Amino acid sequence: MTLPDSKLTFTADRELFASGSARVADRAAEFLQRIDQYSDLNAFISVSEHAFGSLASDSDERYTSGLQRPLEGLAIALKDNISFKGLRLTCASRILETFEPVFNATVVERLLNSGALIIGKTNMDEFAMGSSSEHSYFGPVKNPLDPQRVPGGSSGGSAVAVAARMCHVALGSDTGGSVRQPAAFCGVVGFKPSYGRISRYGLVAFASSLDQIGIFARSVDDAALVFDVIKGHDPMDSTSVATDTRQSTTQRKGYRVGFLSDEFIDGCDESVRSAYALFREHLISRGAEVSDVSLPNKQTWIPTYFILATAEASSNLARYDGVRYGVRADDTSSDMITATRTAGFGKEVQRRIMLGTYVLSSGYYDAYYKKAQQTRRLIAEAYAEVFNKVDFIAMPTAPTTAFQRGEITDPVQMWLSDLYTVSANIAGIPAISLPFGTDSSGLPIGMQLQGAMFSDEDLLQFSGKLISA
Amino acid sequence: MPVDYEPIIGLEVHAQLKTASKAFCACPATFGSRPNVNTCPICLGHPGALPVLNSNLVNYAVKMGLATNCSIRGTSTFSRKNYFYPDLPKGYQISQYADPICHDGYLTIETLEGEKHVGLTRIHMEEDSGKSIHDLDVDTLVDLNRSGVPLVEIVSEPDIRSAKEAYLYLQQLRQILIYLDICDGNMEEGSLRCDANISVRPKGTAEFGIKTEVKNLNSFRNVEKAIEYEILRQIHVLESGDTVVQHTMMWDASAQQTRIMRTKEHVHDYRYFPEPDLVPVVVTSNTIDELRSELPELPSAKKKRFMEQYGLPAYDSEILSADRNLANYFESACESLRSPGKSSYKLVSNWIMTEHLRIMSDMKISVSELRITPKQTGSLVDAVADGTISNKVAKEIFPELLASDRTATQLIQERGLSQMSDEIVIRNLVREVLEKHADNVRKYKQGKTNLKGFLVGQVIKESGGTANPAMVNVVMQEELDLISMD
Repeated sequence: MTLPDSKLTFTADRELFASGSARVADRAAEFLQRIDQYSDLNAFISVSEHAFGSLASDSDERYTSGLQRPLEGLAIALKDNISFKGLRLTCASRILETFEPVFNATVVERLLNSGALIIGKTNMDEFAMGSSSEHSYFGPVKNPLDPQRVPGGSSGGSAVAVAARMCHVALGSDTGGSVRQPAAFCGVVGFKPSYGRISRYGLVAFASSLDQIGIFARSVDDAALVFDVIKGHDPMDSTSVATDTRQSTTQRKGYRVGFLSDEFIDGCDESVRSAYALFREHLISRGAEVSDVSLPNKQTWIPTYFILATAEASSNLARYDGVRYGVRADDTSSDMITATRTAGFGKEVQRRIMLGTYVLSSGYYDAYYKKAQQTRRLIAEAYAEVFNKVDFIAMPTAPTTAFQRGEITDPVQMWLSDLYTVSANIAGIPAISLPFGTDSSGLPIGMQLQGAMFSDEDLLQFSGKLISA
Repeated sequence: MPVDYEPIIGLEVHAQLKTASKAFCACPATFGSRPNVNTCPICLGHPGALPVLNSNLVNYAVKMGLATNCSIRGTSTFSRKNYFYPDLPKGYQISQYADPICHDGYLTIETLEGEKHVGLTRIHMEEDSGKSIHDLDVDTLVDLNRSGVPLVEIVSEPDIRSAKEAYLYLQQLRQILIYLDICDGNMEEGSLRCDANISVRPKGTAEFGIKTEVKNLNSFRNVEKAIEYEILRQIHVLESGDTVVQHTMMWDASAQQTRIMRTKEHVHDYRYFPEPDLVPVVVTSNTIDELRSELPELPSAKKKRFMEQYGLPAYDSEILSADRNLANYFESACESLRSPGKSSYKLVSNWIMTEHLRIMSDMKISVSELRITPKQTGSLVDAVADGTISNKVAKEIFPELLASDRTATQLIQERGLSQMSDEIVIRNLVREVLEKHADNVRKYKQGKTNLKGFLVGQVIKESGGTANPAMVNVVMQEELDLISMD
């Protein structure tokens, strides 16, 4: 399919809803019709009745009476690792195939209170482990631009839902790039806030110290609108921080943006490298002050990330044991917990649990986990140093554009596709992927901007100006 | 020459804290509810649920640390202890590992050889697991009411040298926990649990022997017996030329022996790592000062004060101070005395240690459930001390005091039980008796002085039991001395 006009945003719809030129109920029905029409893309695991009927009509009434809330009538899709009462919560895993959650994630509560309509739960790599959305118990997600290609991952379903206009906005989770990379592959905006800006309560944990809920949108403005509603401290998440951690420097004239050397991007496709050069020109043309910066420890990013993420995952996924909920294996040949986990988890998940268990084992802890914690600190320090000189750092979101399904079979090769995204999670800083041109096949390219810790509002504001016409 | 062995013992004690809610969620931490009622997504380990620290857990742990002479860490962190078990919902226990909140303290125990310090390595905070029930005729059942109930684990240094010392140490810990009102100390219900690390070495050697860990010590008696048994077992192993193997043992109370529970090859690798869902626990020096000021007087200090302030013997002081409520009871009774003084204090102590404690144990009730108030007790002691009633009458009316809310004084008046101490009346009675029993008086004068008791008894009998025996005794002597035998 050709992607719908990127101007069809919620910000635009909101004007139409308010003026009475469009109805929320009709828009919701249109989205649901498109979900149905493009079901081959396999973007959704569950579709909600929630957006139909009375709630959509309520939104329309609120617009009529001028009582609309900030996200009134926003149709939003949730990655299927975010808890929403009324729809099963599968994490695209067999082990949770039938799991009905009993509480709403904090983000869901905040969305509902602001008038958003939850349209469904999107497909993903199992437990958010992957970069292609191929590792789903419910089958792979397909890129709307070329169904033979992957949409990126792990939040591939959310990226596709927004790109193919099955909803206004979608939430994903970004542990090492799982929002930004699929946003780049599908040609939409993907924003990962600073660690702690959005409550993780109700987000199924993959790697708790790296996980952050992120936003897919068709414009930066839409992303910012949603961020304003869902951000902020939550007493249910001890790692969440207060909203006004850092004052926005709104009235600044020119932002300073750092660019990395050619060597830094030498593993990238030619199309990505030339886009990076063009991005620099584009920023200059928009009045940014551009300079060269360097991040010295790039070679430690992937190892650091995979040691920490798998270590935490091995512990976070221990609760899926078949005792209290989810699928229980009735194989009585071995013990129930082992049988359940063997049958319930896919290969990539099992691989990461084993790796994480290994790096935490007695005798290996110091060599792996402890060392990774040390390199994590060094990476964060290197960033902090650069952010003394510039406001943002620009780099590609991914080294390639969307690759073919089944093209990457070596797991380590797959992990390397996260090279430019993992460091923001390691350092906890905000980052955004912006659509910026296409390759020769017309596949979208994403450019990434990263900001200092808690500079989320600045980053959104700057990004918004960059890609507006 | 036979080798003399020295046991080396360290105890790991888990104490369930009496917080209203669980360690990391708002569920009640109550014991005894129907299975799986006190649960929520957090303590059930549902996907997406996160722990939120109960600040009372921190306060209680710090209080315990202060009461046991520990240093308190300004910043400490939680870690995950990973293992699979059906009653462990998250597949890990939130605990503390590298930097426990309290460390390097000690307790003083009183052994026959005198006072002895037992070092405390650490006190850390953690959550309890659920309970697996295996002994029903079905599959294993799991009750998660206990899942997430806050615990402190108190680890001693290997300073303990006998089963008796272990007993004394544990008793002291329990007393403190109860005094601080942070744990009910009930070993049978499992709110206080004890594991013992035991090794033996030839006396005089510096190196420790190979240790075993003995689990499932669910009463004071079992702690003592299991340690005694394990010491003898290890000595026996060494004496027969074998070496002790580093097993995890459990105490089989019915067989009265330790059994192997896990061999070393099956020791868990818990893969501890910092808990990423919780932020570091910060305890400011202000908070520490505040908590220190809330500490009650501890049993050992109270015992010393009772000896000094009330002139009580060590034995009385020990028993009265062992229970904070009993000690308070004693002090309120003393406070209510009309004629305070060391002899009255001792009388109060005697009453409590015999009558009150007997009733408490017979009726299986606590001090607070006693139907006799400290004030009633005080009035009883007053009445005996000023001679209004005899000790015998006091014992007789004690049960009535229990059943009423009147003071002893009121009861004595109502019943006309007060002792007759009118010297003139008594002297007349004495004279009557001496006349009536002239034979015995003569015999007395001839040297049978033990007949005086008989004569006194006759006087008291004549008075209907109301004559003050002490006064009768004095008057009787005077009258006997006046009689001259011609």
